[in-house]
Amino acid sequence: MRVKSHTEVTVGEELTARTLHVDRATLVHYAGASGDRNVIHWDEQTARAVGLPDVIAHGMWTMGAAIEAVTDWVGDPARVLEYRTRFTRPVVVPHDGGADVEVTAVVTSVDPDTRQSVVELTASSAGQKVLGRCTARVQLD
Amino acid sequence: MAVNESFVGRTYPPTEPFHVGREAVRDFAAAVGAGSPLHRDLAAAQDAGYRDLVAPPTFAIIPAQRSDAQFVADPDAGVDYSRVVHGEQRFVHHRPIVAGDELRGVLTIDSVRSGGGHTMVTMRTDLLDPDDQPVATSHSTIVIRGEEQA
Repeated sequence: MRVKSHTEVTVGEELTARTLHVDRATLVHYAGASGDRNVIHWDEQTARAVGLPDVIAHGMWTMGAAIEAVTDWVGDPARVLEYRTRFTRPVVVPHDGGADVEVTAVVTSVDPDTRQSVVELTASSAGQKVLGRCTARVQLD
Repeated sequence: MAVNESFVGRTYPPTEPFHVGREAVRDFAAAVGAGSPLHRDLAAAQDAGYRDLVAPPTFAIIPAQRSDAQFVADPDAGVDYSRVVHGEQRFVHHRPIVAGDELRGVLTIDSVRSGGGHTMVTMRTDLLDPDDQPVATSHSTIVIRGEEQA
């Protein structure tokens, strides 16, 4: 495994875009793994009763899954020094077929002194942005 | 029900230690689709210089949310959990979290703001190792949606 060098990175570089698929089984798995067992993430009657259109994904699932675009690119997940986002809209996950989340990422800065880089991510589902002001600061070699 | 603004600035005593287990790291990585062998293959993690399996970048949410629950679940805080949505999240990693870590959370209520009928609460949890060294910091903003007007 090789970690990316700061000399190989340029501002404006686009990371490989990816499509994340999420269905009810994904959310049950995440609920168990994370300890966030809020019922709105797996039961549509409860979700609708509190005014949601259907079951929604955990925001933290979307945040956790989206960063793979960055960790895969940098070569080591422990190189993520800082990661932040706003949750602008929920990812609605219907029983039939689930949902897709489209993730893109672009390098917005490279500092040759610290060898750190900032990557800005976008994530959208059903044509709507689900993460806002989403950035990761990574330590390159 | 209103959120109790007198909690702003309050810092809680450290939580009981959260033990980072190998299987928890593997399961969390699988749940978010994190493909790196550093999350599941001990030899790969050690070859890369880590003491044990490396936790994914958002794994810290597990001990952080347990810490934040001290406020959210406190009846005196006045948070109606059925109206809570996650507004913002930020992690700062001071060093990688690896399996075997014992993490205690120190929760501070940074702000309570109201606007547009909603209330936003920003909570900070500092995750510390047994020597009180900082491992990661979680900043979580939750939004308590206001009651619909009749």
